Amino acid sequence: MKLLFTFTGAIAALISSKSAFAEYTLNMTKGITDISQDIYWLHMMAFWVCVAIGVVVFGAMFYSIVAHRKSKGAKAANFHESTTVEFIWTGIPILILIAMAIPASKTLVDIEVLDKADMTVKVTGIQWKWQYDYPEEGISFVSNLAQSSRDVIKASPEEREAVHNESAYLRSVDNHLVLPVDTTVRFLITSNDVIHNWWVPAFGVKQDANPGFINDAWAKPNEIGTYRGQCAELCGKDHGFMPIVVDVVSKADYAAWVESKQAEKVAELASATKEWTEADLVARGEEVYNANCSGCHQKDGSGIPGVFPAMIGSEVTNGPADYQIGMVLNGLRGMPAFKMLSDTDIASVITYERRSFGNNGSVVQPSDVTSAR
Amino acid sequence: MSSTTAAAAHDDHHHGPEKGLLRWVKTTNHKDIGTLYLWFSFAMLLVGGAFAMGIRSELLQPGLQLFEPQFYNQLTTMHGLIMVFGAIMPAFVGLANWLIPMMVGAPDMALPRMNNWSFWILPFAGTILLSTFFMEGGAPAFGWTFYAPLSTTFAPDSTDFFIFAIHLLGFSSIMGAINIIATVLNMKAPEMRLMDMPLFVWTWLITSFLLIGAMPVLAGAVTMMLTDRNFGTAFFDAAGGGDPVMFQHIFWFFGHPEVYIMILPAFGIISHIIPTFARKPLFGYSSMVYATASIAFLSYIVWAHHMFLTGMPVAGELYFMYATMLIAVPTGVKVFNWVATMWKGSMTFETPMLWALSFVFLFTIGGFSGLMLGIAPADIQYHDTYFVVAHFHYVLVTGALWGIIAAVFYWLPKWTGKMYNERLAKIHFWLAMISVNVTFFPQHFIGLAGMPRRIPDYALQFADFNLISSIGSFAFGLSFILFTYILVDCIRNGKPAEARPWRSAKGLEWTLAAPVAYHTFDEPPTRAEILAESQHS
Repeated sequence: MKLLFTFTGAIAALISSKSAFAEYTLNMTKGITDISQDIYWLHMMAFWVCVAIGVVVFGAMFYSIVAHRKSKGAKAANFHESTTVEFIWTGIPILILIAMAIPASKTLVDIEVLDKADMTVKVTGIQWKWQYDYPEEGISFVSNLAQSSRDVIKASPEEREAVHNESAYLRSVDNHLVLPVDTTVRFLITSNDVIHNWWVPAFGVKQDANPGFINDAWAKPNEIGTYRGQCAELCGKDHGFMPIVVDVVSKADYAAWVESKQAEKVAELASATKEWTEADLVARGEEVYNANCSGCHQKDGSGIPGVFPAMIGSEVTNGPADYQIGMVLNGLRGMPAFKMLSDTDIASVITYERRSFGNNGSVVQPSDVTSAR
Repeated sequence: MSSTTAAAAHDDHHHGPEKGLLRWVKTTNHKDIGTLYLWFSFAMLLVGGAFAMGIRSELLQPGLQLFEPQFYNQLTTMHGLIMVFGAIMPAFVGLANWLIPMMVGAPDMALPRMNNWSFWILPFAGTILLSTFFMEGGAPAFGWTFYAPLSTTFAPDSTDFFIFAIHLLGFSSIMGAINIIATVLNMKAPEMRLMDMPLFVWTWLITSFLLIGAMPVLAGAVTMMLTDRNFGTAFFDAAGGGDPVMFQHIFWFFGHPEVYIMILPAFGIISHIIPTFARKPLFGYSSMVYATASIAFLSYIVWAHHMFLTGMPVAGELYFMYATMLIAVPTGVKVFNWVATMWKGSMTFETPMLWALSFVFLFTIGGFSGLMLGIAPADIQYHDTYFVVAHFHYVLVTGALWGIIAAVFYWLPKWTGKMYNERLAKIHFWLAMISVNVTFFPQHFIGLAGMPRRIPDYALQFADFNLISSIGSFAFGLSFILFTYILVDCIRNGKPAEARPWRSAKGLEWTLAAPVAYHTFDEPPTRAEILAESQHS
């Protein structure tokens, strides 16, 4: 089997000259938590058990195909029953399975049972982004696919490779999740709309995010570094464009990051009380729109007929502002709620929608959003 | 049989099929209906295959080249639905229609008019399902497993047509299953005992009970979807006190038996072909029957192994892990029995045997990855990746579909009275055998490396194996053009076949002339005939 792996790998490198230097992987990651390494061990154990059974079964089969063929003058025997043999090949697999089940059960219990966590992060899946909340630290932010990836989805292969190295295309986000090393983190995972799945292979964590319910998972990362994953449950149109990037940093770096995030939040709150000019709102709104809204309503505001309404000439974007504010804050049918954005972001994006795409709605100030909440 | 009904049957014998197209619309003949089923499923196989070609074209290289993500999701969804409900299931019902009456020495199916209806529902259901592509908002795009709430609150309007199509397909399957149970239990030759029945009949009898148990559950699931979508209920909506995870429990309570519905009849087919070309009786006939029944029973109590990541309690996960691993035991028994049948045989390698051997080899690989997936902690890393895609294509393509193709080559001379072109058929086999592995084997690697399924675009690190997989899939797609040619060539220009083209084949169907008459077994076979044609003596 190993030979086969190497052989297939060699063919892969030969066929694809353009990415001859690709660092393709053939196997599951070992990861950087004790659990992910246990999982890797179980995976390899199960793999080698299968290889061993395969050698025996396929060995007998191919020996028979070669040796017991009519063209070599083989005469058919006539045996067709043996209770002893049937007992043996029912019994031995049962023993092998029990031997496999014991370590698997142990790891499963380790994964599911957590006594005490050092910190908690709430992860919320939203079509098609992740929201991270640190309830104890009072930090909250949304993590979107990086604009640099988004821009080259339909570009030529050369343009794509110029922008991104091997692991970064479609696996980069604007705001990374930041966690301290050697710390037990409990993740509370939920969803605002459909079912998503939060998967970081290096942590050995993959857990469904169910709307209306909270699942939990945990990880204790042992190594500093950047780890990438993505949504692993079909969640609609942009399921493939919903990556996860986690920075595991030293405890000191983490403390500094928490402080800077908290300072950012204070500044953001202050900005919501002042009066903004239309130009500033539209400029900021365009960024917010492209990150949060263009996935459905399209970058040019044309929407997708029958699924996602257009912004252009819409009754909402040209009608009373209060209705639109309510809709963005609370959602409507397929449209998710955007409560988690700041008042300034919501005011800017609504203003952008009402003043661009040939629309002629009124300007919305952050204070309007504050009072509507 | 009373003398009056014998006379009526005798009169029928002189009536051939009706002339013209109406023959096919009005037919109640099991052979005609079997033919309709098989051609319908072949057409659906080509349609579903065309969707697969679209999927692999988009995945040929990173970036979006051909389709918008929404349309890509429609393609994966419809590929799955069409292949499962349009191609594999009807093909097995078609084989059952053709073969079961001939194998049990019956003149026809027990319920011929219902048989006609259960086929003719299918083209309408298929048309409704495919028509959703042309509706506003497009076809269903939530995957063939249609998890709520993506398939309820967040789905396009065409979903209601999808629900109606699933209901129709379910009616058809349930009627087919009832018909098969009635035929096997009531129409088999009076002298044939249950443990005389060939394995294709046994596996289909057991499959029918799976269908009757599972399909109504699917009907329940889609009905709840329908009321959630249109009538204000909240079965799957937490905001109204429902639970989206309940949808998955209900779906997989249908879905897991469903995967055995698609493989058990193939087990039966392989158990016919290997003894014929090994020139040796089937090893362990009765253990094959018991293993099939055990698999069917276990299939009802393992459903939540598809749901290890939904947030089940640890006790539930442990139970479903153990129960799932247990399935390896009866499945292993089947594989060991096939190998023991070959052992010390006198083997030749005509086309049906090549497909059967390839089935044993590749299905077992799919079984191995299935065992690995059953280990719940490891499933955390495998779940919803291409490792799963590779697994279920190994068991469904090189399992179920391989069984169907093996059956077609094995019984084609009996159905048509003509031989196919052996040389072309062998070329076709090797083309399909190699290309299917080039397509699906690398998917194990991309899955382990971390590529989720159901995504239209992927990180550059997955590019190489996706390229190989796509190239393999195009060759695999082309092999079906050759397959079509071989079938048409056989029907039009094939040389006349003998009644028993495989000299060592056993079974009552081989006692009939080739091509087989429109009505067969006016007189039930005797005990002596049954024993002479038994697989295990």
